[in-house]
Amino acid sequence: MDRSSARNDLLLMVVFTAAVLTMPIWLTPIGAGYPDLLQKFAIFGIFAIGFNILFGLTGYLSFGHAVFLGVGSYTTVWAFKLLSMNILPAVVLSMLLAGVFALAIGYVSLRRTGIYFSILTLAFAQMAYNLAYSVLTPITNGETGLRVLRDDPRVLDHMFGIEVGESLPTPELFGLRTIGYEGFYICAVFLIIAFFVAMKITRSPFGLALRAIKSNQIRMNYTGFNTRPYTLAAFVISGMYAGLAGALMAVTDPLAGAERMQWTASGEVVLMTILGGAGTLIGPILGAGIIKYAENIFSAFNEQSLHHTFSFLPEPLQNAAVSISTMFVGEGWHLTLGIIFMLIVIFLPGGVMEGFRRITRWARKPPAPRRAQKIQTAG
Amino acid sequence: MTDRKTRLDTPLSRRSILKGSLASTTALGALSLTGVAPLHFVSQAWAEEQPIGNFPSKTSGPSITLGFNVPQTGAYADEGADELRAYQLAVKHLNGEGDGGMMNTFTPSNLTGKGILGKKVEFVTGDTQTKSDAARASAKRMVEKDGAIMITGGSSSGVAVAVQSLCQEMGIIFMAGLTHSNDTTGKDKRRYGFRHFFNAYMSGEALAPILAEEYGTDRVAYHLTADYTWGWTQEESIKNASEALGWKTAAAVRTPLGAGDFSQYITPVLNSGADVLILNHYGKDMVNSLTQAVQFGLRDKQANGKNFEIVVPLFSRLMAQGAGDAIKGILGTTNWNWSLQDDASQAFVKSFGQEYGNPPSQAAQTCYVQTLLYANAVETAGTFYPPEVIKALEGFEFDGMGNGPTLYRAADHQCFKDVLVVRGKENPSSQFDLLEVVKIVPRKQVEYDPSIFGGELGPYIPAS
Repeated sequence: MDRSSARNDLLLMVVFTAAVLTMPIWLTPIGAGYPDLLQKFAIFGIFAIGFNILFGLTGYLSFGHAVFLGVGSYTTVWAFKLLSMNILPAVVLSMLLAGVFALAIGYVSLRRTGIYFSILTLAFAQMAYNLAYSVLTPITNGETGLRVLRDDPRVLDHMFGIEVGESLPTPELFGLRTIGYEGFYICAVFLIIAFFVAMKITRSPFGLALRAIKSNQIRMNYTGFNTRPYTLAAFVISGMYAGLAGALMAVTDPLAGAERMQWTASGEVVLMTILGGAGTLIGPILGAGIIKYAENIFSAFNEQSLHHTFSFLPEPLQNAAVSISTMFVGEGWHLTLGIIFMLIVIFLPGGVMEGFRRITRWARKPPAPRRAQKIQTAG
Repeated sequence: MTDRKTRLDTPLSRRSILKGSLASTTALGALSLTGVAPLHFVSQAWAEEQPIGNFPSKTSGPSITLGFNVPQTGAYADEGADELRAYQLAVKHLNGEGDGGMMNTFTPSNLTGKGILGKKVEFVTGDTQTKSDAARASAKRMVEKDGAIMITGGSSSGVAVAVQSLCQEMGIIFMAGLTHSNDTTGKDKRRYGFRHFFNAYMSGEALAPILAEEYGTDRVAYHLTADYTWGWTQEESIKNASEALGWKTAAAVRTPLGAGDFSQYITPVLNSGADVLILNHYGKDMVNSLTQAVQFGLRDKQANGKNFEIVVPLFSRLMAQGAGDAIKGILGTTNWNWSLQDDASQAFVKSFGQEYGNPPSQAAQTCYVQTLLYANAVETAGTFYPPEVIKALEGFEFDGMGNGPTLYRAADHQCFKDVLVVRGKENPSSQFDLLEVVKIVPRKQVEYDPSIFGGELGPYIPAS
């Protein structure tokens, strides 16, 4: 039993790695194979994996995870400004600081469970957003967003004699650029590591304890098991994942804005996880992909491109098709996302992963008894 | 390849082509061997036309793509929608469809009505959501996926500044749409960014004398300011200009963008000792704050023995439409208004009206003009090569775009032209006839030294 699941995990890891690294190839036919969106897939994949460690395993629904995303981004840009344009110190510091924030927020919020926990995290997130937006403007540069400037100190870079040229310095990893496809592969490597760590956590005794907390925390407590350290650890790990995602957002595009901390961003990761399948390993990444795809591709359609798509239809039909579909694309892309979300939650409560499971179960089942069953119910 | 051919007319071209092709072969070789490092080394040898942004990979086909990045949701969505209409009209005119609009009045013009350099103009659109992140993601999509050669749009200075610096890094020319912050062509100016719209400093210089004339020189002002780059610089500019004429400033309060409810900010105004409220808000924010201020009865009040007044330094007809009766008698400035009687404005209003059934807003005008100016610069340069196009735009003097004689100043990529001081009409003759022009402030009066805002443009050839 043990050995076969280990082999399955290895297989999953190999397939996952291959799928991530070949994303530029197999996503091109559906119009998503360009660097910026690929980077977003990887970054939000990490964010959702991390969120799933908390929500999927322990069942604690945090509505304030965007705080850690924002902390990660701001830390990274500050590291670029003060230390070095190399991304390594920035990423490490971001994860650490996000961890510290998670420890503080988690310590307070985890005293409550269920809806009270969600509201507490939401309150913290909203507080952090407003701080970043107006009160802490000297640190965050408010609505305009924090950017790297040419005349920033960059102590480490100066120490190693790296000087900036005439144009703005850009982030790099020992000479490797962090934009375009190089940027995607950097994010992809982080995603694969993040996935591996999440898998190890899920399979470990620690992961088992987390799932036990989800199924019945009261019973755990009655058996003398102190659950607090476990939930807090899960919260901090999850926060550090978000910090990493935030750091990578700033690495691929050195700008940090307060809107990353808004409650909508926190809600987005909840949607991603539920859409893909909470508690599964792959689900959250799929959810992140679907939402980012909808956001970037559907919002880009306009009437002209719709007319182009429906050009095979005769004129009146074409106009009708265009006027109906404009409601769902362009500025109406939220509507499309809402419908997808509703359909999945109503018909597949376990998310896209449940859909896959149903399909495989249906494919494995011998067809004969199914048909018999159908006749029975029909009769 | 066509780009190369057109360049043969210039005397230097043969040498430069030899040099260019030689350099690019060596550079490509070096690039394939070691990745990135040698780019620094050969950048001097690359005399002309190295690949920048989507040049030449996306300019060699029969058509080229422009990226229209406008807010379709959020506080500035109305402006965004009108900008998009203007862009579509500009593309039509560039491709020789429709009546040509301001292409017929624009001088000196190299536009042909056969696309740009004979290539059909196509476009892609995106939603900035009035958020820097979303706007940059959308701009990147246009460049990386759709192969846009130029990005334009934006109805928020925060977004414009963010997208402009992104475009500098990617080597894509950014023709800013509606952005009024001094920073866009001030401390955050970029070599690849250009702004036709006027700025907060010009609003202050144009508006202050009129304010002093109408309301006297001993007023006390209270500012409500949208809390981002545009609000900050407008507050500063209006403060400076009005204080120079003897006004005092009681307080300046920052409000979050898209706040919706401004009542908590308006109630303290009355007891502050101020007798003028200055609303540094735009779009739906301005509609909300002005309507609420009027509902609170501010304009019927007396303070310091004078009538309480409200001023909206940056005005637009779309906002006037949203604010309804609250706008009547309110003073402000605007970049352009459809009621102007010059040939160019009339041609544009007619063309826009025929297409969409309503007159264009100032946002529409600036976006339309920016698209034409970019196309004209490419025609003038004879190539899509960004540094040449930038040089064609820098210091370009033109007329016939609805603002009188205009200069694209080379030092900061800011357009200089007359500024309109307007007032909300008391008796509008139609639902669009909402603003009356109080004064056309001549360009000379709003000019300034580019060094007062600092910033630097950066290189013609971006580091990659």
